Amino acid sequence: MSEQPILEIKKASKSFGAVQALIEVDFEVRPGEVMALVGDNGAGKSTLIKGIAGIYAFDKGEIYFEGKRVHIHGPRDAAALGIEVVYQDLALADNLDVVANMFLGRELVQAPWRLDEAAMERATVETLDSLAVTTIQSARQIVAGLSGGQRQAIAVAKAVMWNSKVVILDEPTAALGVAQTRQVLDLVTRLADTGLAVVIISHNLHDIFEVAHRITVLRLGQNVGTYVTAESDQQEIVHAITAGELQFVPGMAQE
Amino acid sequence: MTDIQNPSGEKRKHDEPFAERETNYIDLLGRFAPVIFLLVLIVIFYALNPRFLSQRNIFNVLRQVSITGLLAIGMTFVILTAGIDLSVGSLLAFSGIVAAGVAKGTRTNTLSLGTTEESGYGVLAAILAAITIGMLGGLVQGAATTKFKIPPFVVTLGGLSAFRGATLLFSNGGPISGFNDAFTEWGQGEIGPVPIPVIIFLGFAVVAHIVLRYTQYGRHVYAVGGNPEAARLSGLNVGLITTSVYVIQGFFAGLGGFVLAARLNSAEAVAGTGFELTVIASVVIGGTSLFGGEGSVLGTVIGSLLIGVLINGLVLNNVNPYVQQVSIGIVIVIAVAFDTFVKSRRSI
Repeated sequence: MSEQPILEIKKASKSFGAVQALIEVDFEVRPGEVMALVGDNGAGKSTLIKGIAGIYAFDKGEIYFEGKRVHIHGPRDAAALGIEVVYQDLALADNLDVVANMFLGRELVQAPWRLDEAAMERATVETLDSLAVTTIQSARQIVAGLSGGQRQAIAVAKAVMWNSKVVILDEPTAALGVAQTRQVLDLVTRLADTGLAVVIISHNLHDIFEVAHRITVLRLGQNVGTYVTAESDQQEIVHAITAGELQFVPGMAQE
Repeated sequence: MTDIQNPSGEKRKHDEPFAERETNYIDLLGRFAPVIFLLVLIVIFYALNPRFLSQRNIFNVLRQVSITGLLAIGMTFVILTAGIDLSVGSLLAFSGIVAAGVAKGTRTNTLSLGTTEESGYGVLAAILAAITIGMLGGLVQGAATTKFKIPPFVVTLGGLSAFRGATLLFSNGGPISGFNDAFTEWGQGEIGPVPIPVIIFLGFAVVAHIVLRYTQYGRHVYAVGGNPEAARLSGLNVGLITTSVYVIQGFFAGLGGFVLAARLNSAEAVAGTGFELTVIASVVIGGTSLFGGEGSVLGTVIGSLLIGVLINGLVLNNVNPYVQQVSIGIVIVIAVAFDTFVKSRRSI
């Protein structure tokens, strides 16, 4: 694991009308690291992630990628840097098959008017194999027919297929059963082992302590601490989530 | 043809376990239902009256469905994005009357004066005018839907009224009729035994099929219909894609308006009244889901033929014309009910 963060957010703020969702939040993740992002509902986890992914811009703050200041104006900018997000609701089109979902928005074409289905199918199978995802029988299955774990695997595979460097997983195990959660956590560990920086949002501290190297805790839109998992315990994290010390008075706009 | 509803165009693998294959039979039945129903109707009508399958009557049916069929191709794009366009009949009339006005160089009906002399701008200008009007109409409605978040049902319901009104204003309520041969050829002419409107219809059906099945744009149309949020997060410009399907629908409304005027040698201000029902029925009977994301142009062509065959067969057998409307209504409901049944079985 490298000590130099690949992605670093400095003093990110974001308001929605009168609501301050983020107040000067610092955040970083290193290559080969699983960084957990935890916090109660409304703590600002999703806002932070969406700012990184380019869904909307931070009002203030700086983003550094591989040490360089970057500006992310949209999902394409984030993708171009190598930042991929796997959303909670998975963002898969149920009516399309696995291959079509993996390549959605970045389809390979033989000619301007013709999709290269064979090449896309090959790449899909290769990616699934490389992630040791063995539960999907056919890359031509329609996604609607897959289980929650399989869909999660597809969403993760879609994220890592693009030579991505940072993969952000938004509650990847929230809707899964025990065995499927196991598969996804194994997948998360494998991603970090290949040198990817992985950010995982979860409410399940048990899962987090199993896979994460470090834990960043958000509370009421503020970063109340980053903990090294090996040197912390669930009790300390729960305390930080519910009663972590705030730098700013919540709800006061920083003008 | 095994993959009518599979946008990827790939055949299913044969090494799936038995349980999966069994559910696929229902799946396959669902996909083939419109074709099977069409064949059954053809057999029944042929048994009742052998003239039904005469070359003349076959082309009659095809000619009959070619205009609504053109509109249905456009409607397939719209419904695939989970949209709807109720304005097609009115937009067709508006495009047609403008095309007629351009061709004749006048907005009043000059047929009664006994002139078919060319005083206007020629047939190509007329075609261009019709298609431009259609696409502009579609663009306005698509933009209203995406920019101002007005449901397409409402926008195009407004269009249904507004474009009809514009048509009546343009010609002061009357028809514009009596064109030269270069104009009417597009609606009345034949190449070999095949009427030109039929060639236009089937030609564009093939083009639309290729676009939806094999191009990146087509894939994106399906994605927007299946899950617009996923499409947006994958970097697709959902607003642009949604707007574009209404422009495509407008193109076909314009083309249809011109061809209908050419066929009737007259652009009527009331042309295309009620077409939206036939057109939407063709698309839905052909297996395209009103919820978006599933369906095909091939299905729409079959749906169009099914309605055409049904009407033609009933007419040939001297069935009361009012019964036709009843039967189409019943067929629509059966088609959708069957589709829902198949989908509920599939998701188990």
